[in-house]
Amino acid sequence: MSLLSLHRVTASYGASQALFGVDLEIAPGQAVAMMGRNGMGKTTTVHCICRMLPAQGTLVFDGHDLSRLPSHKAARLGIGLVPEGRRCFRDLTVSENLIAAARPGHWDAARVEALFPRLGERRRQRAASLSGGEQQMLAIGRALMTNPRLLILDEATEGLAPTVRQEIWAAIAALKAESGMAMLVIDKSLKELRGACDRAVILERGRSVWSGAMAALTEEVCETHLGL
Amino acid sequence: MSRESWLNTALLLALVAVPGWALWADEPFTITLATRAVIFALAAVGLNIALGMGGLVSLGHAVFFGIGGYAMGILASHAQTYTALMEWPFVIEGTKSMPVIWLVAVAASSCAALVIGLLSLRTSGVYFIMITLAFGQMMYFFAISWPAYGGEDGLSIYVRNGFPGLNTLVPIQFYGICLVWLCIALLLYARLMRSPFGLALNAARQVPARVRAVGLDPRRLQLVALVISGGITGLAGALFADLNRFVSPSMLSWQMSGEIMVFVIIGGVARLFGPVAGAGFYVLLEHLLGGVSEFWQIFLGLFLLAVVLFGKGGLVGMIAGRRGNG
Repeated sequence: MSLLSLHRVTASYGASQALFGVDLEIAPGQAVAMMGRNGMGKTTTVHCICRMLPAQGTLVFDGHDLSRLPSHKAARLGIGLVPEGRRCFRDLTVSENLIAAARPGHWDAARVEALFPRLGERRRQRAASLSGGEQQMLAIGRALMTNPRLLILDEATEGLAPTVRQEIWAAIAALKAESGMAMLVIDKSLKELRGACDRAVILERGRSVWSGAMAALTEEVCETHLGL
Repeated sequence: MSRESWLNTALLLALVAVPGWALWADEPFTITLATRAVIFALAAVGLNIALGMGGLVSLGHAVFFGIGGYAMGILASHAQTYTALMEWPFVIEGTKSMPVIWLVAVAASSCAALVIGLLSLRTSGVYFIMITLAFGQMMYFFAISWPAYGGEDGLSIYVRNGFPGLNTLVPIQFYGICLVWLCIALLLYARLMRSPFGLALNAARQVPARVRAVGLDPRRLQLVALVISGGITGLAGALFADLNRFVSPSMLSWQMSGEIMVFVIIGGVARLFGPVAGAGFYVLLEHLLGGVSEFWQIFLGLFLLAVVLFGKGGLVGMIAGRRGNG
C-alpha cells in the first residue's frame, strides 16, 4: 500500500495552469526521485502535496485525503518539507529553529546534531549568520524534528559547494539506511539520485511522463525527457 | 552576564529601591507615581507578548485594560452599595477581595481577547490594526452609554479593595502587590520567550508559511498569545482602577491603546524589560514636564520620533545593543 498517492493532479497559479496530470506513488520507506527540466512542475507538485497550493485530482497520504486539509494539518500527518531556498527562521538560533519545529518521536535535537555535527557546533548561532550549507543542514534538521514519515527534499543541494553537497548526500544516504523514512528527492544531480533513490518519476510540462525503478532509468530515457 | 541582563537587574533594583528612597527623601508621592509606572509596565508586558513575540500590532489593548478596570469597578461598587450584581438564575454579590477581582478581570479580558482574536486574526497587517481599533471604539462607546455604571462620568469606588494580611491603603503595600505582579508577568514573558510556543510564535511572525510546513497553525499560536496578552493587560487594568479608585471609559479609549503601545516602543519592542523602561520613562516625563507645560506630550512625541528613527531597540536597545533576549 502506498504512503503517498497522487493521481491526475492538476493545479494552477491563478489563470495559469501549471500541472496537467501528475501521478506519483511512494511506498513506506521508499526513496523516490522527482526529475525534470526547470519549470516542469516539480516544486508545484511539492506545494500541492504540502497543501501550499490548491490542487485537483487525487492526493492521498496514508489513507487521508490531502485535498481537504490545510497545510499545517497535512504536515501533522507526517509530511516533512525541506523547502527550496532553505528558508530558516533567521532571527532564531540553530537550537531554537529545531525546538520551534519539534514534535514527539525518534528525532530530537541530539540526533539531528549527530547527523550534522556542524549544527551542534553552532547551536547558539543565529540562523541568519550561518553559511548556505549550514542553513541547508538546519532546514533538513528542522524538517526531521517534525518526525515525518515522508521527507520531501526540494533542491536540497542547489547552489552549495561540492564538499557541502557531499555532506548533504551522505546524510540523505544515512537517513535512508537507518531511519526507513520515505523520501521524495528533487535534485538535478542524476549521479547522486541514482545512488540515493529506489525509483524515479519524470515530469514534463506539468505531466508525469515516465516512472519506474532507478535501474530502468536508461540513458535513452534521460536523453528523451531530461535532455542529458 | 550580557549588558542587557545588567540593565534589567538595575531596573529591577531601582523599582525595589523606590519605596525606600521615597521614605528617606520624604517624598511619599513618589510611591504612587512608581505604582502608576509599574501598572503601566504590566499592561505593556501584556502587549509585548502580542506585539514583540507575535508581531501583532494591536490598537485595541485598551479594551482589555478597560475590561479589567470595569471588572474591579463593577464588583467593588456592588460591594459598597450592598446590592447583588445578579439575582437570576443565581445570586452573585459584589466583592472587595482583590484576588477575586483579579481572577474576574483576567478571565473577562482573556475571554474578550479570545473573541476579538478569533475575528481579527482572520486578517493581518493594517486590517488587523483597524479591526482591533474598531473593537476598542465599540467598547468605549458602549461604556459611555452604560448609565448603570456611571456612563461617561465613570464609577468612583470609595474604599480600596482588600488583600488578606495587607493594608492596601498603605501606598507601599499596594506598590508591593503591583511590583510582585509585574515580576510574575516578566517571569512569564521570559519563560514564554524561550519555550517551544514562544519560539514557534516568533517563527510565525517571520515566515508563517514555513511554520505551517512544520505542522503548526500560526493563527492558533497568535490567538493563544493574544489571550495571554489580554489577560495580563486586564489584570493591569484592575490594579489601575484600584490605584485611582475610579474607572471611566477613558480606560477603553484608543488613546489608552496608543499609550500602552508607546510604552513598548519607547522601551524596546520584544525586549524583556522594554515595557518597564518605557512606562517608567513615560511616567517620569509626565511628572517632570507636566508641571512645566500641559503640552508636555510634544516632548514625548519628539522622543518617540527619535527612537523610531535612530534607535529601533528602544531605550533598552540604545543602552544594551540592538538584539538580545535579556
